[in-house]
Amino acid sequence: MKRFMAILALTTALSTPVLAHAGQVTLTTNMANYRGPGAYLAYYVTDANGKYVGSLWMAGGKSRYYEHLRGWYRASGGNTGDINGITGASVGSGRKLEVSLNLNDALFDAGYELHIDAAAEDMRESPNEIVVPLTSAGSGKAIKGTRYIANFTYSR
Amino acid sequence: MTRSLHRWFGLIAAIALCLTALSGATLSIFPVADAVTNPASQQISVATLAARVQAAEPTVEQIKQEPSGRIVAFYFDGNTPVSSIIDPATGAPVGEAGKSDLERWLIDFHRAYLVGDNGRYAAAIVAGLMLALSISGAFLLARRAGGWRHILKPVSGKGQSRLHTIVSRIAVPALFFSSITALWMVAATFDVLPAGSAAPMFPETVSGKMGFDLAAMEPLQNTQLDEFRSLTFPYANDPTDAYRLKTSAGEGYIDQGNGALLEWSDANWVDKTTHLATVLHTGQGMAWLGLILGVSALGVPVLGWTGTAMWLRGRKGPKIASVAEADADTIVLVGSEGGTTWGFAATLQTALMQHNLKTYVGPMNTFDPARWPHAKRLILLAATYGDGAAPSTASGFAEKFSQSPARSDMQLAILGFGDRSFAHYCGFASELTERAEKSGWKTLVPFETVNRQSPQDFARWGRALAGALDLDFELNHVPALPKTWRLTLISRRDYGADVQAHTTILRFALPHASLADRLTGKMLPKFEAGDLVAIVPEGSNLPRFYSLASGSKDGFLEICVRKHPGGLCSNQLTAMEPGQEITAFIRANPDFRPARGKRPVVLIGAGTGIGPLAGFARANQNGRPMHLYFGARHPASDALYDHEIAEWKADGRLTTVATAYSRLANPLYVQDTLKADAANLAKLMTSGAQILVCGGREMAEGVAAAVAEIVEPHGLNLKTLKAEGRYAEDVY
Repeated sequence: MKRFMAILALTTALSTPVLAHAGQVTLTTNMANYRGPGAYLAYYVTDANGKYVGSLWMAGGKSRYYEHLRGWYRASGGNTGDINGITGASVGSGRKLEVSLNLNDALFDAGYELHIDAAAEDMRESPNEIVVPLTSAGSGKAIKGTRYIANFTYSR
Repeated sequence: MTRSLHRWFGLIAAIALCLTALSGATLSIFPVADAVTNPASQQISVATLAARVQAAEPTVEQIKQEPSGRIVAFYFDGNTPVSSIIDPATGAPVGEAGKSDLERWLIDFHRAYLVGDNGRYAAAIVAGLMLALSISGAFLLARRAGGWRHILKPVSGKGQSRLHTIVSRIAVPALFFSSITALWMVAATFDVLPAGSAAPMFPETVSGKMGFDLAAMEPLQNTQLDEFRSLTFPYANDPTDAYRLKTSAGEGYIDQGNGALLEWSDANWVDKTTHLATVLHTGQGMAWLGLILGVSALGVPVLGWTGTAMWLRGRKGPKIASVAEADADTIVLVGSEGGTTWGFAATLQTALMQHNLKTYVGPMNTFDPARWPHAKRLILLAATYGDGAAPSTASGFAEKFSQSPARSDMQLAILGFGDRSFAHYCGFASELTERAEKSGWKTLVPFETVNRQSPQDFARWGRALAGALDLDFELNHVPALPKTWRLTLISRRDYGADVQAHTTILRFALPHASLADRLTGKMLPKFEAGDLVAIVPEGSNLPRFYSLASGSKDGFLEICVRKHPGGLCSNQLTAMEPGQEITAFIRANPDFRPARGKRPVVLIGAGTGIGPLAGFARANQNGRPMHLYFGARHPASDALYDHEIAEWKADGRLTTVATAYSRLANPLYVQDTLKADAANLAKLMTSGAQILVCGGREMAEGVAAAVAEIVEPHGLNLKTLKAEGRYAEDVY
């Protein structure tokens, strides 16, 4: 529960310059050439039991489409309060999205997983396109996606 | 107000509207292609469909039905994600799903000009403008036609204004429809609609089991394919997940372990309307509707062009140096729609100023007798907009005019400008005249009218005005001449010399058009009998209009001319010998010709009025019933076209011919033959016949009275017939 509170503070940390025990993490997503309109991407974290702890970023501004980010929608209950202040534009085919945020050090090497759901208009829903454990060793290593995402890297 | 709104919206939006309309028209082709290639639909339940798809592709994640009725499934082929079109008969993939690059580009262009959300806002504004234009345009159509009841009657008028009217009448309903559905779709995208029903929450508890047979799931069995939207499968090997089903009625979750419906929320009217707006706007699943919308969208560039051209012409406002109102002794107020009346005002002002009258010229809306301390006379030049309405520069004038008391120190003259082909010819000017009489204005010269900007009508009124003012001037109004051609006389036939009605049928060769002329559109325009040829006589710039007795298909240009003593043009024409040339141009007169179809036509004319009627008969190759009533003076002298009429009657181009001669022992006029034949004529008119009258004004009035008398007992009246285009006159 303590950690849960911590991450809630951290998900909105983009607007807070420095927090104790928080280091800057950059999430880099290179999109595949999937031939379609801009994709919506939801970034969220689950704990060692697979339980949702919070959202890190939402690419795509229109909430009526969030239900197509099926994993995030089910985990968060579609609660847009979770992504307040951490929402950006959808990401086009072949583009790159870089998000820098302050993430609690305690989230690393403790069984937490980062998920990315992706979807685009009239196209396939791709929940959990990326699922990657947050570890110190995994930092800087590219993970391949399947439908929309060419590869994803987080680096501390 | 409606008109200026329509104008400004139109100008601002013309280009954006054209782009949106053209991309929309192109997009309307895709649903047609889909309709052709889609696998045939099936009368099956979603349970059957889902089981078939799962059997064919076990990794299936989602099945959905697009608005076009096409079934699409998402699954994996090894590690590769695949989306395929599914044949519902087998559940097997039959082709790759997804839109082509071209279609996606067009959609993005059509709804967002390729620039994302800001583009969507712009496109929404364009849709709003289109809606405003459709609505204001519909009101203008009604006003032009003389009321909503007459909105479908044949279009009067000519040129760009006519084209604008015809195209908008066809396109406006579809454009209204397209723009209103577009606005709804944008509103849905930006979440500004009333809330749709909320999606159901994921169920709190599930059975935790997996592998219940899809084909046996009751909620799926109860859903038929035509109401199906999508079915999302649970994650593989996740017992906490559930099926999610969407239908036209709502959406919910189904337990993967026992097939029970876990949560459900009904779609509300907003959801249903949004889906309907999408289907209607895109024509998906309704290709025919999409095509109608698409074709109507093609009218937008035409409307933009003709509308802009009309506006530019109308802008040429007053350019005359005018005396200040306070110093003027003569006030000329102009109510002009297209701007042409200002040209007549300038001619009038020049003539008056040359005779030292201090003349102020201004728009009717500046009417204010309190500001004219020295004025002795008021002259109103009043055009009419459409069917009897006030022109744009005179809106509200009639009110002000009738509320203001007559000035006993002033005299009033009213000249109406109009087009006789409208039922309420010079309606606005006549209304002003009535109001003036009621208020007690003193008359300077009696009310007169100018038909179709006729310089002759204007000059005639000018002579009356000069007489009343005890001045000596001529109002020679010279409108800018269009391009003219030289016509060579081929033959002439003379009639009526011994009954003081020297009349000549003149036949001219069509000017030879070189290939270059044809390519650049510089050839003589195509014409039909009933159109007008303007002859520009030597020694004058004023064209004189004659009704054409032939069409360009006949290969020659023919007119009937009666020689008027002292008439410059008629004397030159009737003195022409074959081989000589004259300067001329063509003016269309589309309202005076037989309507399309097979309905009978009644031709009534006297004197040279036989010209266009003979042209109609000559062109009547299909033997449509045509009845000619013709008045002349003496059978031995001025029976124009006597040989041809006999020939046409023999070969069926004319059904009956009745002739009235006014110089026989028993003098008859053409209206007498109508009355004698009243029973036949009434029968023709009740069966939908059309009457075309050509000749002098007195004859036309006599004929109108006779026809009214004949048809009224049968429940018809002349006003309605005119409004329907079934009673048309060409009167001079």
